[in-house]
Amino acid sequence: MAGTHHTLTVLVENKSGVLARVAGLFSRRGYNIESLAVAPTDDERFSRITIVLDAESAPIEQITKQLFKLINVIKISELEPAGAVERELLLATVRADPGTRSQVIELVGVFEGKIVDVGSDGLTVMLAGQPTKLDDFEDLLRAYGIVDIQRTGRVALARLERNTPRLRSVKGKVG
Amino acid sequence: MKLTGAQALIKSLEMEGVDVMFGLPGGCILPAYDPLLDSTIRHILVRHEQGAGHMAEGYAHVTGRPGVAMVTSGPAATNLVTPLADAYMDSIPMVAITGQVGRPMIGTDGFQEVDTVGITRPITKHNELIMDPQEIPQLVREAFHIATTGRPGPVLLDLPKDVLTSEMDWYWPDSVDLPGYHPTLKGHPRMIKEAARLITESRRPVLYVGGGILKARAAEALRALADLTGIPVVTTLMARGAFPDSHPLCLGMPGMHGNFTAVTAMQHADLLIALGTRFDDRVTGRVGTFAPDAQIIHVDVDPAELGKIRRPDVPIVGDCKSVIEDLVAAVQAAGTQADRHEWMARLRQWQEQYPLTYEEPEDGGPLKPQYVIEALRDACPPDTILASGVGQHQMWASQYWKFDHPYTWVNSGGLGTMGFAVPAAIGAKVGRPDKLVWAVDGDGCFQMTAQELVTASSERIPVKIAILNNAYLGMVRQWQEMFYDERYSEVYLSPDLPDYVKWAEAMGCAAFRVETTEDVVPTIEKANSIDDRPVVIDFRTDSSEKVFPMVAAGASNDDVLTAPGVQPGLELRRSLPGGYGGGGH
Repeated sequence: MAGTHHTLTVLVENKSGVLARVAGLFSRRGYNIESLAVAPTDDERFSRITIVLDAESAPIEQITKQLFKLINVIKISELEPAGAVERELLLATVRADPGTRSQVIELVGVFEGKIVDVGSDGLTVMLAGQPTKLDDFEDLLRAYGIVDIQRTGRVALARLERNTPRLRSVKGKVG
Repeated sequence: MKLTGAQALIKSLEMEGVDVMFGLPGGCILPAYDPLLDSTIRHILVRHEQGAGHMAEGYAHVTGRPGVAMVTSGPAATNLVTPLADAYMDSIPMVAITGQVGRPMIGTDGFQEVDTVGITRPITKHNELIMDPQEIPQLVREAFHIATTGRPGPVLLDLPKDVLTSEMDWYWPDSVDLPGYHPTLKGHPRMIKEAARLITESRRPVLYVGGGILKARAAEALRALADLTGIPVVTTLMARGAFPDSHPLCLGMPGMHGNFTAVTAMQHADLLIALGTRFDDRVTGRVGTFAPDAQIIHVDVDPAELGKIRRPDVPIVGDCKSVIEDLVAAVQAAGTQADRHEWMARLRQWQEQYPLTYEEPEDGGPLKPQYVIEALRDACPPDTILASGVGQHQMWASQYWKFDHPYTWVNSGGLGTMGFAVPAAIGAKVGRPDKLVWAVDGDGCFQMTAQELVTASSERIPVKIAILNNAYLGMVRQWQEMFYDERYSEVYLSPDLPDYVKWAEAMGCAAFRVETTEDVVPTIEKANSIDDRPVVIDFRTDSSEKVFPMVAAGASNDDVLTAPGVQPGLELRRSLPGGYGGGGH
């Protein structure tokens, strides 16, 4: 996936309606969001929104400038795919009768996932990891029969390198 | 001191220096109308909430101070949507206050409940649903701060009824607390230096100025820059009056109905100095062929405008006044300006060759709308405020009026809101009671918001309305004539239905009808002598008259038609293969 998407982390005021403002801006300007995750930060006044965008459809400079115009947006950073640690969480309920159960458990083990619930003919499994790894895991699970699946939006932080995070702040950037 | 939320709201508006507001009460906003009785704020009771919004805009246009509109919830809030969108598109400072159902009712589809904040989110600079009466002073202060700073715009505050009736401890905040809002006002010195270099070296520059000049109160600074550099100026529809039409460097309005010289100067320029303007499609025509040889210096307080349509060679984020003043200093330091005699001679030649024209009326023939505007212009003092609606009459007003003062032109540019003229003129007259205020309106536009003349009559706001009654939705008719083989679909309105004179009289106005050229000037003079009530003149104008020059939608500005079938820009482009020796880049 590297190179085909943009990841923006947007620090916003933790107020009602802020997510609607951000999401509304994207639809209003005709940009597609691939995934979106919102979470509080260590400072209760702020939340962090992680937005993944399709690089083809999205003029990233214009998007960040428009986002900045929202009064509740404090800071925007673009994480370059190569310079970021990205993770996503997958929960899936998979058919696993006594004949296939051990194979599913083995697969979960290979991917370093977890079994979080066990039923008489199914298992609920969890995997956190890079989105591509989750894609592979999902493909392999499909052979056993996926009953239900949920994936979170992607979250990301800048990769640490020589103690200098490669965070490219785009605040006020023009031209 | 304990106050109700309603008292705190009105007191906060007083603290912000609000002297007048436009509105109409109703269920949820009722509590706020009670303390208004004891307030110093003048309230103007409109007949439709859309009128309140456009009046607030007209007031803001001419005073530079934020216009304030207050209405109730539900249908009143939705009636305010059009003015909010209009103010957002044209960057008009405005604060709208709407009532909302009580907090326990929110989300229950209560009577007259709509999601006002949700509906207005994409058409306001900011909005807030105030859920705690204690926050009212802080949020009012922030609303005015946001509406008037950076790129101005409308801000809406939505107040549930029980927030207005609950008590709070009064305070007035010392400061605003907006960690995500810090507009950049000062231009980057390196960029300004680079801009000054391009300006100094350019052989065929044009100052392309927009409404941002007026918002930044930068008309004087612009004049200094033009005088210093001798660079000609085009003023967009939103910038009419920002640079005097009588100034020898003024080329007038560019764009779809701009004059040939203004349009073509930009097409042939080697440098556009774009100040407080946003490369609107009505100015650029087909973007790919707009000003093909020009480098771009783009100055705007809104960073998102830089590179949105055309990538600038020198982007400068900042307040136009501050940046232009810095540019003046930098240009002075940069030394002698390049020789532009050839360029200026060419522009003069175009001006002589392709002036704005219309056919003189034949004896006894129908009134020409352009003539009406020229007569009105000549009969009024030069600082008269002119408002207009949207359509042919708007373009003729912009073309044929002579704007020599800033803040004398009030119109709906970006949104193109038919019906803007009457309420906007009323708001303008409220803001500047010392000035003569005329609106040029179309018959289609007039029918959309004419009821506000009742407001004007009862509040003794003596605006004057010139209806250019051509019995058609004229601009649509023009497009159907030119682009739909004269197949006229749903554009005929009738000159007599309604009877505009009787209608105006019924609304408390003086009213006249003018059908002949000889009656135009005497009737305007009669109207100008009336100052105790609004005046409406029904000018019966030629239905077949069209607005020229014209660049068809989506066409290149080189294709500009100065008259049907006449496209001098095309020949110019052909005759100049690589064209200008020695200049440019």
